[in-house]
Amino acid sequence: MTAAVLEQDTRSVGRGRPGVRWTLSGGSTLGFGVAMVWFSLLVLIPLAAIVATAGGEGWHGYVDTLTNPQSWAAIKLTVGQSLLVTGVNVVMGTLIAWVLVRDRFWGKRLLDIVIDIPFAMPTIVAGLVLLSLYGPRSPIGVNVANTRNSVTLALAFVTLPFIVRTVQPVLAELEGDVEEAAASLGARRLTILRRILLPSLFPAIAAGAALSFARAISEYGSLVLLSGSLPYHTEVVSVRVLSYIESGDRTAAAGLATIMLGVALIVIVALDVLQRRVARRG
Amino acid sequence: MTKRIRIAALVAAATTIPAVLSGCAASSGSTTDSNRLSVVGFSVLKTANEPVIADFQKTAAGKGVTFTTSYGASGDQSRLVAGGLPTDEVHLSLAPDVESLASAGLVDKSWDQTPTKGILTESEVVFLVRKGNPLHIQSWDDLVKPGVKVITPNPASSGSAKWNILAAWAHITGNGGTDAQAKAFVTKLLHNAVALPSSGSDALSSFVAGNGDVLLAYENDSIEARAAGDDVDYVVPQDTLLIQNPAALTTKAKPAAQDFLDFQLSKQGQTDYAKAGFRPVVKGIQVDVPGANDPSNPFPKVQKQFTIDKTFGGWDKANPEFFDDTTGIITKIISGLNIGS
Repeated sequence: MTAAVLEQDTRSVGRGRPGVRWTLSGGSTLGFGVAMVWFSLLVLIPLAAIVATAGGEGWHGYVDTLTNPQSWAAIKLTVGQSLLVTGVNVVMGTLIAWVLVRDRFWGKRLLDIVIDIPFAMPTIVAGLVLLSLYGPRSPIGVNVANTRNSVTLALAFVTLPFIVRTVQPVLAELEGDVEEAAASLGARRLTILRRILLPSLFPAIAAGAALSFARAISEYGSLVLLSGSLPYHTEVVSVRVLSYIESGDRTAAAGLATIMLGVALIVIVALDVLQRRVARRG
Repeated sequence: MTKRIRIAALVAAATTIPAVLSGCAASSGSTTDSNRLSVVGFSVLKTANEPVIADFQKTAAGKGVTFTTSYGASGDQSRLVAGGLPTDEVHLSLAPDVESLASAGLVDKSWDQTPTKGILTESEVVFLVRKGNPLHIQSWDDLVKPGVKVITPNPASSGSAKWNILAAWAHITGNGGTDAQAKAFVTKLLHNAVALPSSGSDALSSFVAGNGDVLLAYENDSIEARAAGDDVDYVVPQDTLLIQNPAALTTKAKPAAQDFLDFQLSKQGQTDYAKAGFRPVVKGIQVDVPGANDPSNPFPKVQKQFTIDKTFGGWDKANPEFFDDTTGIITKIISGLNIGS
């Protein structure tokens, strides 16, 4: 959902300088060319190749994938857990960002740095750490290994920083006087939250949610050790894709990947629409 | 004016793409040095190959030969080579991964017409258990008892796990049982599975971290884990399947590659592999193996030895029969497990 944020920027630029798109200088045109080539090489061409491979057998390639009960179970699990974790992140991530920006406490700087670690750590290491903490030998007596909770846990771990990091700068920029003005005019705290804070924070939350969801549906490394990858139970889409590749069925692998691409697109567009609605109302 | 610049930019872009791409191709194919061998192997060989290469370089034939190595999951490695990775020798977990290269013309079709039938290292399917074997796991039948938590890599995503599952199958059919009984046994075994990790190394990490009671593993992996100090023991069952890892030279292999393969099959080479836990493929190797149950007798004879050729009629027959992604017997068992519901 960085797209939404960027778009807002261009809109505001556009207001200031009408017609800015069509008067690019030579330098920006070159920039545009380089950006498009880079983007094509890294993103557009590979994506097109996946879709083309998946379409190699026509529609029935997709239908076969969707009607394979094991793949369907993996899709349901992955999408369901990713939505759940994204929902949790929306609440917890915003809360953590709030605490980091508005509160003063001992160790705040340290916490601010530690937040990024789940993101920076190689995911297989994350998986190993989670397994030793929340596996059969858990020092705190919590064993979620090989259960669906392990999928939730691992996804929540790796996606935590996204919303914190998108909301934090926006929250830091928000002027406290607007809230104070609202309060002095008699607005209750809930009203301030609903009418003043959330509309300003929503684009950032939506952007973070989209990143978090996209990361969750594609997660592999942190899950493989902890979840056990049991078919119908804890097997996620990425593991399923790997099985297809191993058995030499690239069409099915690409088909499943394309379906997930579609899911990601739907969720990202939905968040964008939601974000625009909220922005308009605010 | 601006329009012309934009077109110029696009033209520039269009000409750079092929240039960049061909540049990549050129750099990846630049191992022209005739004394540099590229060896592509499956994961466990990473540590096992080091002394072999070092000892080869001490011989007359190996003097001045340098190596580029790549290790990873057997199927992935095979696909890398098929995808154009410059390679002189492949050493993979199971024959179908070499066979697929042979049908693509990258390896000579007669690769398995050697005294060892193309096999370079061997091992056994064994049970890795907790230190002291608290559940007294001794035989295949102990694995299907209620409550025993079994881990095996998933044969659908890990080619090397196919050995494990076929060993369980052979325990029934190789002892006079019918296919139906074998199917029931393997189903029961997989019902006891608490995890089916995607690869052998993930399965081992997961088990060492405390997951499960028994891991279906290779003997050489088990020996290496014990030698590395992990808190595990292993049990070689009375009847089990011989794991045979093939090696082959590619059709574009440099002359030095044949020398290296000959060395790997020599007494010295096989002794180095034995120290890493692999069963030698030539006779007369005597070596102490740290990490083995009995280091001075590291490879006890398996009383009833199943092999892929004798028990299953070879991989050509077994691979589609058991592991075809829609009709394979094991594929069907796994997709019918429905563990969660």
